[in-house]
Amino acid sequence: MSSSTNETMEIPPFKTGTAPRLRLTGIRSDFPILAGMVKPHSKVLDIGCGDGDLLHFLALERGVDGRGMELSQDGVNASVSRGLAVVQGDADTDLVDYPDDAFDVVILSQSLQVLHYPRKVLEQMLRTGRQAIVSFPNFGYWRVRLDLGLRGRMPLTSDLPVPWYDTANIHLCTILDFMEMCEDMGLNIEQGLTLDRKGNAKSIGPVLGFGPGFGRGLSPGWANLIGEQGVFLLQKK
Amino acid sequence: MTTASETKSEPDETPKNGVDHTITASQGTFSVTEAHPLSLDSGRTLSPINVAYQTQGVLNVDKSNAILVCHALTGDQFFSGRNLLTDRPGWWETMIGPGKTLDTDRYFIICSNVLGGCMGTTGPKDIDAGTGKPFGLNFPVITIADMVRLQKRLIDHLGIEQLFCVTGGSMGGMQVLQWAASYPEAVYVAAPIATAARHSAQNIGFHEVGRQAIMADPDWHGGDYYARGVVPKRGLAVARMAAHITYLSETALQDKFDRNLQDRSKVSFGFDADFQVESYLHHQGSSFVDRFDANSYLYITRAMDYFDLAAGYDGVLANAFRGVETEFCIVSFTSDWLYPTAENKAVVRALNAAAAKASFVEVESDKGHNAFLLEEPEMFTTLGGFLRAAAVRRGLVGPVRR
Repeated sequence: MSSSTNETMEIPPFKTGTAPRLRLTGIRSDFPILAGMVKPHSKVLDIGCGDGDLLHFLALERGVDGRGMELSQDGVNASVSRGLAVVQGDADTDLVDYPDDAFDVVILSQSLQVLHYPRKVLEQMLRTGRQAIVSFPNFGYWRVRLDLGLRGRMPLTSDLPVPWYDTANIHLCTILDFMEMCEDMGLNIEQGLTLDRKGNAKSIGPVLGFGPGFGRGLSPGWANLIGEQGVFLLQKK
Repeated sequence: MTTASETKSEPDETPKNGVDHTITASQGTFSVTEAHPLSLDSGRTLSPINVAYQTQGVLNVDKSNAILVCHALTGDQFFSGRNLLTDRPGWWETMIGPGKTLDTDRYFIICSNVLGGCMGTTGPKDIDAGTGKPFGLNFPVITIADMVRLQKRLIDHLGIEQLFCVTGGSMGGMQVLQWAASYPEAVYVAAPIATAARHSAQNIGFHEVGRQAIMADPDWHGGDYYARGVVPKRGLAVARMAAHITYLSETALQDKFDRNLQDRSKVSFGFDADFQVESYLHHQGSSFVDRFDANSYLYITRAMDYFDLAAGYDGVLANAFRGVETEFCIVSFTSDWLYPTAENKAVVRALNAAAAKASFVEVESDKGHNAFLLEEPEMFTTLGGFLRAAAVRRGLVGPVRR
């Protein structure tokens, strides 16, 4: 479920002017990508924030005013001991507790596929937040297709490392599936990216019916084939 | 006006009742004088008032490391060391001490007996200066906000501009919430535990059972038992027994007692305490009446019943916390049916709505409401981490400057 973790990593150049340039450990390779979608000093809610790594990164790099929600007590404890404001809760049921438009952006990173009601959660995210960032493992990735299509086996990739009987993933989707749901929900895709296994990002090109384009990039179909992850910045129309 | 004394117990005294005689806590008293009476929610004013408090640890030169601990309904100022009134250990030694979650090597801990508490702080059993007799039911009805007003006087008197933290469980948690709402600038962080922003119908109901038991005792004499040299022991004991059940959980009672018989092999076909659970509750009741004033129990339970923080803010709890910069950490327990997770979460929800910084955990425990007083490692981990992070922000890390 989680993408590769570099042991140490130079913080990429998203400067707020105040954040010290530090070497941090445990930065997931997609953090800089996610941070690039977050405006400095915005109010952020990170759903399924785990140990608070991303919130901590965003606070340092973007100076955000962050809040977190996390199911596991260990995760909450770790987050709270870093000075983060994190509430123990379940995204499927507890997002209703947040008022409308409380956040500039609500982030759901690598957790979409474990939710019981992913579409409802996305609706809630865009109720309490002006924008939403969603990242998820792409089930359309060619290795996944290879495993399932040619080998006839449930896929095992670096983003889907757990065998079928142990996985928490219950709602896997492809980049195309996700984009279709966004269209169905009347959402604007402000930015769409795919990540390869090294965390290199590529833009997904303009698509008819998705509002203003985001420059030249991969066609959605191609992105769906070569992208191991999808990362989307969404906004209500 | 104010005295503070070290109560180190004599080294030759043999430890008893599980009291740790190496703990050095200090006792102090503070008085509200006739010149500056305390205005109460009821519209009445009260003076003079004595306040008894205990401290442990050392206040740093900046006075920035003080933690106010608020005690629960039947608690007192003796959170640590020997309780001078009961000869028992302090009630929150699981939480407070050198190297513990509320680390007395780092923080200066203050706990005062609440208004109406009668453990050194003025309450219904004390002498009414106007009549020269004990107040009894002439004592004004008090509220949680009144208790907090009096604590604020004490904190001002100690010269502390901003408390590093205010914390407490149950009724103590209510005081924490009231502190954050009434004096947000005086509270850096707040940790309300196993509490609620309003007393539920069920909780008011339980309290009313206790009060009726006291008032039905012929020895109560309309609250004027002091002059007659009696105490409504039976009524107060029943109140305590009923309340004590609500502090536990079904699992806790079942695991501890099941249907075990007390010192007998079969039931007696009578109404003696056949079952261990009965004997246990009898003991809880009878030991309580020796230390707690019956009228004080009436007044303090009433204060809890009247507590509805939102009521003072157009019925919207979030309004109580608008613009509050205090950071919160709220803890609830899975088996607490007196102040269940839902009540604690309602506070979290209000804090979210007010855009306050709030953390929350629900600790898994089968010990019921009393869990907040007991060894609950997850609670210690959460609160310890919360306080450490806040201490770093406040510059309290490293050796405390004295």
